[in-house]
Amino acid sequence: MSQASMAASVPDPQPDPDATPATNTRSAGRFLYVSGVVLLCAWVIVPIYFLMINTLSSPETVNSFPKPFFPEFDLGSLTFFAGFAGMLSALKNSVLVAGMTMVMSIVIGAPAGYALSRFEFRGKGTFRLLILLTRAFPLPLLALPLAVMFIRTGLDDTALGLALVHTTLAIPFSVLITFSLFSGIPIELEEAAWTLGCTRLTAFQKVVLPLILPGITASAIFAFVISWNEVFAAAVLTIENRTLTAFLLQNLDTSPLHLKFAGGFILVVPALIFIFAVRKYLFAMWGIANR
Amino acid sequence: MAEIQIKNVAKTFGAYQALHDINLTIADQEFMVLLGASGCGKSTLLRIIAGLETATSGEVWIGGRRIDHLSPKDRGIAMVFQNYAVFPHLTVFENIGFGLRMQKLPNDEVTRRVERTASLMHIDQLLKRYSGELSGGQRQRVAVARALAMEPDVILMDEPLSNLDALLRMEMRAELKGVLAESKTTAIYVTHDQVEAMSMADRISVMHQGRIVQAASPIEVYRNPSAEFVASFIGNPPMNFLRAKPAGAGKWTVAGQLFDGPTADKPELQFAIRPEDMQPAAEGLKATAKVVEPLGAHLLVTCEIDGSLFRAVLDSDMTVRPGEVLTLAPQSNRVRWFDPETTLAVA
Ligand SMILES: Nc1ncnc2c1ncn2[C@@H]1O[C@H](COP(=O)(O)OP(=O)(O)O)[C@@H](O)[C@H]1O
Ligand SMILES: [Mg+2]
Repeated sequence: MSQASMAASVPDPQPDPDATPATNTRSAGRFLYVSGVVLLCAWVIVPIYFLMINTLSSPETVNSFPKPFFPEFDLGSLTFFAGFAGMLSALKNSVLVAGMTMVMSIVIGAPAGYALSRFEFRGKGTFRLLILLTRAFPLPLLALPLAVMFIRTGLDDTALGLALVHTTLAIPFSVLITFSLFSGIPIELEEAAWTLGCTRLTAFQKVVLPLILPGITASAIFAFVISWNEVFAAAVLTIENRTLTAFLLQNLDTSPLHLKFAGGFILVVPALIFIFAVRKYLFAMWGIANR
Repeated sequence: MAEIQIKNVAKTFGAYQALHDINLTIADQEFMVLLGASGCGKSTLLRIIAGLETATSGEVWIGGRRIDHLSPKDRGIAMVFQNYAVFPHLTVFENIGFGLRMQKLPNDEVTRRVERTASLMHIDQLLKRYSGELSGGQRQRVAVARALAMEPDVILMDEPLSNLDALLRMEMRAELKGVLAESKTTAIYVTHDQVEAMSMADRISVMHQGRIVQAASPIEVYRNPSAEFVASFIGNPPMNFLRAKPAGAGKWTVAGQLFDGPTADKPELQFAIRPEDMQPAAEGLKATAKVVEPLGAHLLVTCEIDGSLFRAVLDSDMTVRPGEVLTLAPQSNRVRWFDPETTLAVA
């Protein structure tokens, strides 16, 4: 907050001697705007910054007081993390489940997105709404019946079972993202390909696919991140094959501080990088024009 | 040989009937223009021929082969779209060669045909570019070259010039006509621009509300419109209409003047004449000038005859003042008659 007021109170290079009331109101509005932006950025960045400092410091520094403000680039905490029993296999499970979620949500979501953008059918609007409504059911509500069903079918405590649940969570997004991607490709391009000797399938391969591949990749990465970050279903549906989130949650009260920091950091970083890489397509999904 | 026959084609979208019982035969190598106002069904008809839309009923034949059940790629057609539809991820070369590659032609044959059509369309300098690096006119050329490279039996064009600016449109009009005549393909060209239609077509099919009203040569459509709609749609300014009452066998009264006309037994007819077919004369229709527009080449006078609006295109040496009463005589061999009940021409 002090940063904010400092930033905004820096005088203009050429202060206007007879500032009118209008410019005063404008600069007041500007002050509010800038402090709002700074506050929101700080809200997100400060915790991540502390996470980073503590991950890149030795276990002793992390557990001592006062806390450091700059990382000392000591890999002690990370080494400890890697050596902690079960941690690496949890990490492997996370990657496995997220990978399966990624593939399944694209294989199922992209055709649905294509159909929504290219075909007229009854109940299309309702269908789009329903896709979003799948997110309206809180996962805890579904978790118990799911767990029972998974135990009956033998899917409990498997990567595939968890990936199925994560795919359900990711599909609304993959459908909506691919829907907007396909809608961005004029149907005339496909029609031109048909008249030039393509079938529906070859036109899709040769024209549509190359054009949407970057967007599909983005949508896949987003599905990966959703699964990577998910903790509730992971904690309820796995016991032996815990994913990283579930594993960290399980050991929350018993593990030392530097392990929590390192684990948190390992969780946050891929998500952050991926989301940053695909931000353009997330904007597209919400219909926000991207610069 | 690629004669196109359209037999009893109709199309409905839900409850809306976009095409009513269309029958049309287009001769081999003919340049046929489908002309009509926006929404009259031109694109729908073209897309049915292309196979991008399915007719609700009727048949389409090309070169003696029924093709309406075939997919677009098997119909021997190529199409040029209004918004060009140049593939953005391919170079101009690969765009033009796209259809040839789909036919699995050998590389040197693809190169030969791409280079030939590219030079025909004057885009041989652009072969390495992507569509994002081209102007609208250049993209249009790529789209036409891509269609021509297929050496199709039939080339279909849906308002291919309507996104270009006026000057470029005029230039491309002449060029397209030349290239298509050279290529000896049968062409169907959709437009809402009557000048384009008149200047390019061997034959024009005038469409209105999902029907073909008249299919004839440009001069025939202009001189002998088969219905009031054609008369008022073609020509700028359009044809004038005045009410005519019977006055004995083959005689009709128009605004107090007696004219020779058809011997039809009707209580009323429409007397029709083009604005440029009116001359000042000692005897004729009394017209009160309302608006006078000197257009350089000629003088456009909007006047009133017998309570209805009437336009005359006169020599630009004349001076006419608003309010002045002119006496205008129609050139008698250019007068046409329409039945107001059926709106059709009466001989
Ligand atoms: N896919 C469609 N669904 C519903 N109505 C359509 C569709 N395509 C065209 N139409 C309607 O059919 C009529 C003719 O359309 P079109 O052939 O595109 O006209 P034109 O090309 O002459 O402007 C229009 O009224 C249009 O609204
Ligand atoms: Mg159209």
